[in-house]
Amino acid sequence: MLTKRDYPRLGETAYVGELENGLRLTVAPKPGYRKSLAFLAVNYGGADRLYERDGERLQSPAGAAHFLEHKTFELEDGQDAMSLLAQRGANANAFTSPDMTAFHFDCAGGLEDSLRLLLRFVSAPSFTPESVEREKPIITQEIRMSEDDPEDVMYYGLLKALYEHAPLRENVAGDVESVEAMDAETLYRLHRDFYVPANMALVVTGRADPARIEDICLEALPRSSRPRPLTVSPGPEKPGPVSVRTERAMDVGAPMFLAGAKTKSGLLGRESVKFELTATLALSAVLGTSSPLYRRLYDEGLINETFGCAFENVAGVSHLSFGGETRNAEHVCLRVLEEAANQAARGLDGAFFERQKKTAYGGAIRALGSLENIAYNLAAGAFAGYDYFETLGVLDTVTAEDCRGFLASYLTARSCAVSEILTKER
Amino acid sequence: MRGVWLTAVRAERFKTGCLSVTALAEHGKRTAAMNAVLPYVLRRGTSRLPDMESIAGALDDMYGARIEPAIRKRGEIAALGFCADFPDGAFLPGRPDTLGAVAALMGELLLSPATKGGRLRGDYVESERRNLLDDIAAEINDKRSYASLRLTGTMFRGERYGVPKLGTAADAEKISVATLTKYYKELMASAPIEVFYCGAEAPERVAALVREALSPLPRSAQIRMPVTGNAWVVPEGQVRRLTETMDVTQGRLCMGWRLSEAVPDPDRAALAVFNAAFGGSVTSKLFTRVREELGLCYYAESVTDRWKGALFVSAGIDFDMAGTAEREIAAQLDALARGELEDWELEGARRAVVNAVTSVLDEQPGLEEYYLDRSIAGAGLRPEELAARASLVTREEIAAAAASARLRCVTFLTAEDENADET
Repeated sequence: MLTKRDYPRLGETAYVGELENGLRLTVAPKPGYRKSLAFLAVNYGGADRLYERDGERLQSPAGAAHFLEHKTFELEDGQDAMSLLAQRGANANAFTSPDMTAFHFDCAGGLEDSLRLLLRFVSAPSFTPESVEREKPIITQEIRMSEDDPEDVMYYGLLKALYEHAPLRENVAGDVESVEAMDAETLYRLHRDFYVPANMALVVTGRADPARIEDICLEALPRSSRPRPLTVSPGPEKPGPVSVRTERAMDVGAPMFLAGAKTKSGLLGRESVKFELTATLALSAVLGTSSPLYRRLYDEGLINETFGCAFENVAGVSHLSFGGETRNAEHVCLRVLEEAANQAARGLDGAFFERQKKTAYGGAIRALGSLENIAYNLAAGAFAGYDYFETLGVLDTVTAEDCRGFLASYLTARSCAVSEILTKER
Repeated sequence: MRGVWLTAVRAERFKTGCLSVTALAEHGKRTAAMNAVLPYVLRRGTSRLPDMESIAGALDDMYGARIEPAIRKRGEIAALGFCADFPDGAFLPGRPDTLGAVAALMGELLLSPATKGGRLRGDYVESERRNLLDDIAAEINDKRSYASLRLTGTMFRGERYGVPKLGTAADAEKISVATLTKYYKELMASAPIEVFYCGAEAPERVAALVREALSPLPRSAQIRMPVTGNAWVVPEGQVRRLTETMDVTQGRLCMGWRLSEAVPDPDRAALAVFNAAFGGSVTSKLFTRVREELGLCYYAESVTDRWKGALFVSAGIDFDMAGTAEREIAAQLDALARGELEDWELEGARRAVVNAVTSVLDEQPGLEEYYLDRSIAGAGLRPEELAARASLVTREEIAAAAASARLRCVTFLTAEDENADET
């Protein structure tokens, strides 16, 4: 039975529960919507490289989670599940991140039929050694396309500069060699170990009837489940970056950079939500669009509207980053670090901080306009042990002093690395 | 108000409001760069809030409302202005009137810019002109969209339609405080203005707020409606070709057809379902045959431009497969023209369009775009009507759209060390 939870501040309702087989199910109906969205997440991603099952240590090779996502769409007769869903009017897709593999579709009708198909093909694989071979050139090209993308090259450049061995530093899809080495047997083993109901979360939002969804899950998924596999962490990272600077020349219109620093690792539950909100508010205070520094750098022509900042908490580690197009990355970094040091020493401006909190409050309301966003966050919360719809309650507890502490600990010259993309002479 | 139209969609299912103000202008060589830079210059400062920091501060006070410049191209019409989205006051502490505050600031950005000596501020114009030049230079960064830009530039060389949305670097270089101020005044005097709102507020109150916000609009001249049409300059029977080399690991093949010869005023639903059947969905000919079965492309997608009556295909391929891929893509279009479309393909294409159009109803940015297009076209179906019509499009209608296509241009972006040639 699902439990009904009301969130009066947000005007949202969710029906939440864990089924007998361990599947974590959330149904968040949105009255008035014509569309439904189903999002089935597996708690397994590109960074889950080592795990334990029945006391035995096993490897998940580089790129395996992503390869498995591709092959999951294949049905018994060689048919493609995405195409079958499309014929039913469902617009389906999937992605693999460092800590999640997700299969999702939206539709303006026929939800129950499409949901049955989704649960069936994700829990019962049908690929063959031949079809695994056929997939290799397709994935290799996907990797090549990412190699042509300056933003991707810059991003992975930064992660490699920051992390010594966190698997996050490698492309989720692996590399050409790891794709070539993949075989059906390994993929079947990984499917058996990770794609079990107890290691999955399903979120349905938009037009949805909670009782019907629960019935369909009970019908279409195995009654019992093997236990969740235990992912083994690759060990703690040393403080500070591995290297302070990396660069590549590419066919780009203007040079760009991404700087960043490692923050806290092992964040879970409500603490992870509070840390993320603290990080976001602290970064906005230093270099957000309404900060004095942003205006000065923009007026001086050092940054343009591509400039921004971000915080990521993924696969057991977390980091902050900032960057954009500029002709003088070194100078922009220095100014940001100088401003961060000032605010860490003096504390944040109180009135400014309260305005940033209003923006964060509005942002949490705004985010409820996207079904995709709601589904992703509810599923991520189910795995990490927090309730996404409780975000506003956590926001209330963040103080200017929390943000000052964040800046003093993490946005410092000692902790930062920078990845630059330079223009190529054509 | 003269030359100002409001579309208000009342919808209580959303927790945010959406408001856009869009001026319609001519798109072409003379105007493109100015259209692209103007909203950015206006967003730098107003007479009351003289810089970005004070504007951003005012937006923070409205619980993080966003007002962003928007520049869109519809055929040979430029639609430039601002799009705002903001949390509905009903979900905020103290229930503030976010719509009222956003409408007022939007009016201020459009009508009371920061000026010096009666002209737009020189430092703001100069800085945004440089940013525009950077944006134009950055078009090369995404190889897939850059390849499509090269296709339209080559296919419509010498035509207004072929001018890129942001204009060219040479035209951006020419922008001055004097020319941009004159152009801005011209637009405020005579450009049609479309206002769109979607949210929980009653249309009468929205109309009153918009009237108030735009009251300083100096309508001193005749309203000039820009025009777009489906006339083409490329002579019948000629196929333009361009090969360009670049630092890429994958080849990008683009093809363009004229569609409108047989259908001067295309039925929008038929055109959309035709596109979904050809290369706009996962059940399409390009996806299932060219990509999956034959393995000729890593991606192969089609889009149509209903304003110009054009069809474009973009594909990622191995460098030595350009000829084969081009022939196979053309063969799939021929098959569609002969009516070779299985029942599941027809149904898949219809449902893809129905789903996409129905989705628009649940997303404010989608609704904004849909109704802006409808206003520019002067009339048209509502999303519910378009979805109903799309579910009835026949195999014959799809065949007729495919049969009307005439290949006009092929471009290829490759890494091979060849000399680029243009014919």
